[in-house]
Amino acid sequence: MRTDLYTHPDYFNMDDLLSDEHKLVRDSARAWVKKEVSPIIDEHYEKATFPNNLLSGLGEIGAFGPYIPEEYGGPGLDHISYGLIMQELERCDSGLRSTASVQSSLVMYPIWKYGSEEQKQKYLPKLATGEMMGCFGLTEPDHGSNPGGMTTNFKDAGDGENVILNGAKMWISNAPFADIAVVWAKDETGRIYGIVVERGMEGFSTPEMHGKLSLRASSTGELIFVDVKVPKSHILPGRSGLGAPLSCLDSARFGIAWGALGAAMDCYDQALRYSKERTQFGVPIGAFQLIQKKLAEMITEITKAQLLTLRLGQLRNEGKATSAQISMAKRNNVEIALNIAREARQIHGGMGITSEYSIMRHMANLESVVTYEGTHDIHLLITGMDITGIPAFTREMPDLK
Amino acid sequence: MKILVCISKSPDTTSKIAFTDNNTKFDENGVQYIVNPYDEWYALVRALELKETIGGNVTIVTVGNAGDEAIIRKALAIGADEAVRIDADPTDAYFTAIQIAEYAKANGFDLVLTGKETINYNGSQVGGMIAEAMDLPFISLATKLDAVGSTLTLEREIVGGVQVLEVQSPVVVSCAKGMAEQRIPNMRGIMAARTKPLHVIAPVAVDLLTSYTTYTMPNTKSACKIIDPSNMDELVELLHNEAKVI
Ligand SMILES: Cc1cc2nc3c(=O)[nH]c(=O)nc-3n(C[C@H](O)[C@H](O)[C@H](O)COP(=O)(O)OP(=O)(O)OC[C@H]3O[C@@H](n4cnc5c(N)ncnc54)[C@H](O)[C@@H]3O)c2cc1C
Repeated sequence: MRTDLYTHPDYFNMDDLLSDEHKLVRDSARAWVKKEVSPIIDEHYEKATFPNNLLSGLGEIGAFGPYIPEEYGGPGLDHISYGLIMQELERCDSGLRSTASVQSSLVMYPIWKYGSEEQKQKYLPKLATGEMMGCFGLTEPDHGSNPGGMTTNFKDAGDGENVILNGAKMWISNAPFADIAVVWAKDETGRIYGIVVERGMEGFSTPEMHGKLSLRASSTGELIFVDVKVPKSHILPGRSGLGAPLSCLDSARFGIAWGALGAAMDCYDQALRYSKERTQFGVPIGAFQLIQKKLAEMITEITKAQLLTLRLGQLRNEGKATSAQISMAKRNNVEIALNIAREARQIHGGMGITSEYSIMRHMANLESVVTYEGTHDIHLLITGMDITGIPAFTREMPDLK
Repeated sequence: MKILVCISKSPDTTSKIAFTDNNTKFDENGVQYIVNPYDEWYALVRALELKETIGGNVTIVTVGNAGDEAIIRKALAIGADEAVRIDADPTDAYFTAIQIAEYAKANGFDLVLTGKETINYNGSQVGGMIAEAMDLPFISLATKLDAVGSTLTLEREIVGGVQVLEVQSPVVVSCAKGMAEQRIPNMRGIMAARTKPLHVIAPVAVDLLTSYTTYTMPNTKSACKIIDPSNMDELVELLHNEAKVI
């Protein structure tokens, strides 16, 4: 890839609404990404390898659990800072952001919110530095958009100390190298609980999934549990039911809303620069109205998304952001990012399909982002339910006879 | 070793440059500032490295307004122990240097570091003036700096080679590329910066010796002219009559 010249567009002076610390956190993350990630990301993407050597650096810039309080080894930042860090990471690559999202929102968040004091002390400080990595097992081969139908289950081992876990999870980010997995499984009554499963427990394996044509620099795998004996002390005591994993998804989706906007801004930034440099028919292509239309629409959508996202950050800091608001922001921002990536790719002509520019990589990555953490359509149904009060997720199979 | 590092701000390189007040004043509207790279990457980082190897403490000083506290926090996040802001508009190099020299004299530093220049007005004068006002030796454009006790060994790049010199502290040094490598603030640093002391002190009275008459922008770059390699006469003609360089 060429030298990373990224600067973020700020058409409505949104930076004025950020604190000095927000900007310091963001600019430091950006400087780190430019120095450590931009030069190597293409190679990892092409070879479909995860850049393990970046984990401690991610810990140092605060990408792992930015809002976790200092007493548990986190930096105790606000949610806007979390969003900004995710934005800087995804600006470079959605896979990198996925690793940080999972660690922060899907592993550290449930342990912090629902874990026992002992669990928090044991895991959070190491997760914050990246010394320990985690993954989150909700999706199953037959239960994606409908996680409540999960079949992974645990029963009392009868020894007073352990439970026996059985089942399989699929599409799990970070699974192949994670030290721990926060796994969602049903007890004998069908109630969902979170359980911390540690690598090395007998009967637990994490085979890597291959053949992904998206999010290639992120490592994805399965979690397989065959009569895994897990101490009862590994069950998260604070909350049970489907609401528990869904609250983690709220936090992750919040980060994705910021992150996807980062990918959009990177595509726009490159397209704007290219349109001033590339000459055809004797003028820079940016002189053509058709190119200007594309660019003008991109910056308009980016600016709207920036306003939406920052407001969402303020609401989340105040503890007022609803799941439905987060859904809308995730859905909107991923959609505009996908559209902007496609238009930016066209502006780059043939160069747009090469790894010289990050656009095609963003475009392919965003196909995962539009699917995971609730598909595009599921988020639409969430908004629909929120405004009408009528859930439309399930339906009766019509009689086809 | 007690080290003072002078920090100034400069506009982010992507800022749009414009002037106000009849082209006598830089228009700060919408401009984002960064820590001057020579101060940050070389002077500050080398000061921190010295502290880490031989012990001591690093204070940063800036002459500026409350709006400049963002760059001060960044310098603290990178690792300086405390900060001083001399509460005044840094109108020119003499004014700035006298402010810093007065503070430095009163607080007894072993080493005062500046960047080789600030990448806004590129005056390169403040370091030399501080040294003069403090009656200390001044080493400009140093690319290497080591300390053993109070003896400092410095290197300067000169045409075709390197000059090595030795000097006894206290001394003022301006730092150029090569002195150290950029450090990106990490989260621990950013958190620590929240509680590090930032002292705001009043400026001393200084006569204004200069005033700015006008700023002009460079001419916009004109389009590239392609000349056939076989047509040397045309090239010479254009260089002579149009570009007026030969
Ligand atoms: C790269 C990657 C990483 C992932 N990482 C993780 C992870 O770390 N942890 C984890 O638990 N999961 C993870 N996932 C899984 C992800 O969350 C699921 O893929 C997602 O929830 C969709 O489930 P599915 O693939 O089974 O699709 P399905 O649920 O089968 O959906 C197929 C299609 O049907 C539509 N559909 C489904 N139900 C409805 C409905 N009621 N109304 C209308 N349309 C509907 C969907 O919108 C979609 O278009 C990851 C996925 C990917 C691709």
